[in-house]
Amino acid sequence: MGATIVEKIFSLKCGHSVRAGEVVMAPVDGAMIHDITGPLAIRNFFEMGGKEVFDPEKIILLFDHQVPADSLAAAENHVFMREFARNQRIHNYDIREGICHQVVLEKGRAGPGEIIVGADSHTCMYGATGAFATGIGSTDMGFVLKFGALYFRVPETIRAEVSGKFQRRVGPKDLILSIAKDIGADGATYQAIEFCGETFGTMPIHGRMTCCNMAIEMGAKAGIVPPDEVTYAYMQSRGRPGRVSIESDPDARYAARKKYDVTNLPPQIAIPHNVDLARDVGEVAGTRVDQVFIGSCTNGRFEDLADAAEVIGDRKFDESTRVIIIPASRDEYLKALQAGLIERFVKAGALVEAPCCGPCMGGAFGLLAPGEVSLSTSNRNFRGRQGSADASVYLCSPATAAASALYGEITDPREV
Amino acid sequence: MRTWKFGDNIDTDAIIPGRYLVYNDPLVLASHAFEGTRNDFVKGVGPGDIIIGGRNFGCGSSREHAPLALAGAGIRYVVAVSFARIFYRNAVNVGLLPLVCPDADAIPDGEECRVDVDKHLITCGGRTYPIEPVPGFLLRIADAGGLIAFARNLEEVERCTGSQQ
Repeated sequence: MGATIVEKIFSLKCGHSVRAGEVVMAPVDGAMIHDITGPLAIRNFFEMGGKEVFDPEKIILLFDHQVPADSLAAAENHVFMREFARNQRIHNYDIREGICHQVVLEKGRAGPGEIIVGADSHTCMYGATGAFATGIGSTDMGFVLKFGALYFRVPETIRAEVSGKFQRRVGPKDLILSIAKDIGADGATYQAIEFCGETFGTMPIHGRMTCCNMAIEMGAKAGIVPPDEVTYAYMQSRGRPGRVSIESDPDARYAARKKYDVTNLPPQIAIPHNVDLARDVGEVAGTRVDQVFIGSCTNGRFEDLADAAEVIGDRKFDESTRVIIIPASRDEYLKALQAGLIERFVKAGALVEAPCCGPCMGGAFGLLAPGEVSLSTSNRNFRGRQGSADASVYLCSPATAAASALYGEITDPREV
Repeated sequence: MRTWKFGDNIDTDAIIPGRYLVYNDPLVLASHAFEGTRNDFVKGVGPGDIIIGGRNFGCGSSREHAPLALAGAGIRYVVAVSFARIFYRNAVNVGLLPLVCPDADAIPDGEECRVDVDKHLITCGGRTYPIEPVPGFLLRIADAGGLIAFARNLEEVERCTGSQQ
């Protein structure tokens, strides 16, 4: 019986064969902490008797959820983490670079065959580079900071094979929302999802990031796209040339094998209040929206912003709709700036903010009042996620968000 | 020890809204637990009370503030049909015991219940409900009093020495 790519990654790290279901204390190649979960992780590290972190070079530390500090408590958390970084000789990206997951990948801090943990559930995004990456809590992170290793239950894998070519203005976000609908909000709990097939083979790295990012929305421990030429080209652009060829054996044992075809897939919208409640856009078209948010680790990259700009053209947004656009990182912001996208967004009537998590986590700004409706390119539409528990959040692609912002109601981007 | 009953897919935003994540003190977090979702919880919860959930309890964010808020409110056990992975592990780590009970949906709200971890049972009003055993490696952490206490006694960890679950 062959092995899955996830079993192979753990086996390589451990130097002996490790199979799904086994619990191993595996070494990690990287650990990420940010301003929300970092302070607790650091306190736990000290409470565990930690004095020096296992390897300062392997720790990624930054602030993105509440930047610039939006409250005294946030400012104090930042100061606490800055001091920790200084004392432990950890490089601190501080508030400069953007959303943690985008920054980890841009800085080449995750790559094929590596095991990376982050104190944030969307850490699974790094699977886009062929890494095994998973979100952990702050106590587990305290343990990692001290020991550089963690207990993992090696997960079974669901194989999601995708074929077909997307229609115009339909893309990876629509695909992953439709997969979430099929697998369900807890359908992949404790498992990994391996994304493969011709659609993933030709999908650019930014789309792979969007899909792996949302693996957690099905309860998955990780999402992963086996590394290929697209991966190696991206890693090279991040200053990490070379190839780490690793893939599942043809006779690997999977928990399930799923097949999807995107040929006729229409734009998808996840309706309140769960991510797996995806609907074809036509079913909810015409729903009024008070706020449109284009950004987040899921869909705040240059290509996402370019998709939105392409839909808008020279038109203006509906005046009764607030449009907030936030590039995922400083690099992505610069690319959008140099391509003239930011100017177009501002002229169309958007509020363009500096890179951060923004309204996605409902803690900093852009909160919703009771009864309000948000259309968002982010990853979660839980009740209360973006403010009032009596508000509603719909999730969609950047193209659908842009089209809807033009009319102030949910709109099929293929029709504008 | 009364029960507080919730449904399926109770997410970490419902347990503790994002705007309170700047706080790390369990008692402060507890004062906002289930805010906007179930406002009578904070007013009525008492030490030793039991949370009853449906499927996928604790889905969403990795925020440890969620189990901390419940622990701060005096909760010792969360009983659910199933748990989201990160919440489950976080709960064990902070000393809150998550217990899988396939029949949790049948346990009423506001019921007086008693949990017997060793016998894998919950007893409510004369009825008993079986609970599944906690996996071995997590039980060792729980028995140590959580991961912090477990780790405090370790200088080094031996890499890649696994154990079957």
